[in-house]
Amino acid sequence: MVLEILVAVIVVSSIGTGLAALLSICEHFLANYGPCQININDERNITVKGGKDLLSMLVAEKIFIPSACGGRGTCGLCKLKVLEGAGPLLPTEEPYLEKDERESNIRLACQVKVRNDLSIDIPPELFAAREYICKCAEIADLTHDIKQFRFELVEPKEIDYIPGQYLQLLTPVYKKGGEEVYRAYSISSDPSEKHNIETIIRLVPGGICTTYCFEYLKVGDEVRINGPYGDFRLSETDAPIVFIAGGSGMAPIKCILHYMKNTANNRKATYYFGANKVNELFLLDQMKEFESDLADFRFVPVVAGPGENENWDGEVGLVTEAVRRDLANASEYEAYLCGSPGMIDAAIKVLAELGMKEERIFFDKFE
Amino acid sequence: MNAGPEISQAFIVCISAVFTQNILLTYFLGLCPFLGVSREVKTATGLGFAVIFVLTSTCMLNWLVYHYVLVPLNLEFFRFILFIIIIAAFVQLVEMVLDRYSPFLYQQLGVFLPLITVNCAILGASLFMVIRDYSFIVAVGYGFGSGLGWFLAIIAMAGIRQKLVNDRIPQGLQGPGITLIIAGLMALAFMGFSGVLQAR
Repeated sequence: MVLEILVAVIVVSSIGTGLAALLSICEHFLANYGPCQININDERNITVKGGKDLLSMLVAEKIFIPSACGGRGTCGLCKLKVLEGAGPLLPTEEPYLEKDERESNIRLACQVKVRNDLSIDIPPELFAAREYICKCAEIADLTHDIKQFRFELVEPKEIDYIPGQYLQLLTPVYKKGGEEVYRAYSISSDPSEKHNIETIIRLVPGGICTTYCFEYLKVGDEVRINGPYGDFRLSETDAPIVFIAGGSGMAPIKCILHYMKNTANNRKATYYFGANKVNELFLLDQMKEFESDLADFRFVPVVAGPGENENWDGEVGLVTEAVRRDLANASEYEAYLCGSPGMIDAAIKVLAELGMKEERIFFDKFE
Repeated sequence: MNAGPEISQAFIVCISAVFTQNILLTYFLGLCPFLGVSREVKTATGLGFAVIFVLTSTCMLNWLVYHYVLVPLNLEFFRFILFIIIIAAFVQLVEMVLDRYSPFLYQQLGVFLPLITVNCAILGASLFMVIRDYSFIVAVGYGFGSGLGWFLAIIAMAGIRQKLVNDRIPQGLQGPGITLIIAGLMALAFMGFSGVLQAR
């Protein structure tokens, strides 16, 4: 019996070890392409050991390219421009690249192997993305299922971002059998406040990260975030603005409002905030403050079904209907939408009916 | 030893693995790359060839390991672990070699190899070959046939999906939804082959 177990263990481990050794030897001789230089945006050179894919090398250098599938070539998110040295376009990349992207040398970073010197172009805002170690400084209840979190930056101590962008929060393993995951949350803080970063999170029942934030995260805990990412931002026009967002969708809008206040932006702006019940409204004082600080800003909370004893004298109904009542012709306006895909699609439909062109509608879908 | 009957059995098993016992459409193994990489016929072809190659070679390798290492030592129950280790190592090795020595083959075939390392169709074929007690030649035929069946199925799927691009599909069914429905219909169609061959 003992002998059998011993034989079994020895056989399996020797086969495993043999194969591992074989692979290591092959990797040493076959996949060793020597040191390779990666030139980034003509500004910075990094030297790496050739043989692996570009995406993992950039991550190792703390340059974070968005990727959802973990480098298996199925999400098509890790696009970047490779100017020189990538070799021909691979069949695994083709389905994800449009004609104009192919012509401008866009590639999938997870499929491009580094075998020689490369020259790549990374959009500056991605370049700015990096990992930040923070301390959870404040957790505030906004409603029964929405909290606001403030993280104090520890290393590095400052962060720069464009109002409207989001960050990714690393959820550590907090219960048995769990795994580390990253989840994206929009930044809600005042961008002039560089030592702190705030976000607004709604509890998703069963959600890995939101459960962690609501039940395990305590003030004083270390938090790791990376970012900033995203191209949701205020345009540089003078067009009057319609913001539509409910729930935790307020985060990027609040950040943009802070920014408008800081830069004394006097564009006309109206923020329609949709909620089902009166007790789902939050940060009303903050919004009042914006109304008095900004040149021409109005906050319009819209409650779908106020309770009998909730004593509500504001707008009632769907948020899209409130917009329709206020705006007869939306063609001169710009819209910024943030929230669930359902809400955004409904709002886009109404805005289009009110004469707003597609290119004037900007949105950030929380999926 | 007379190899004649064995070769003809291998041939029958091979044909049956392509049609009546298609590893993808009858056993639903290897669905993940089947759904994920079937957007274009060209890509699907490359992946299909990679699967044929890997299935045939890992069936051979695993047959040898099973019958010359595991059976004599009474360690048959370790086949699950060992088969997957061997498959993973073999695929990595082939990828490295292609990458180094044959840019053309790497471009056509090699880039797909990491996608199918842990494809369950590959492990499934190796396990079926053991359960059904195939001889070496028959196992090779079976591996090749399974790969070919998978290849045909993904090409057909990619062809259909390319045609669907311009069709108006209800919103809730776009993407994986309609693809799974098509896979189901294809599986029904392949059921029509059963009865054509009664080989095991």
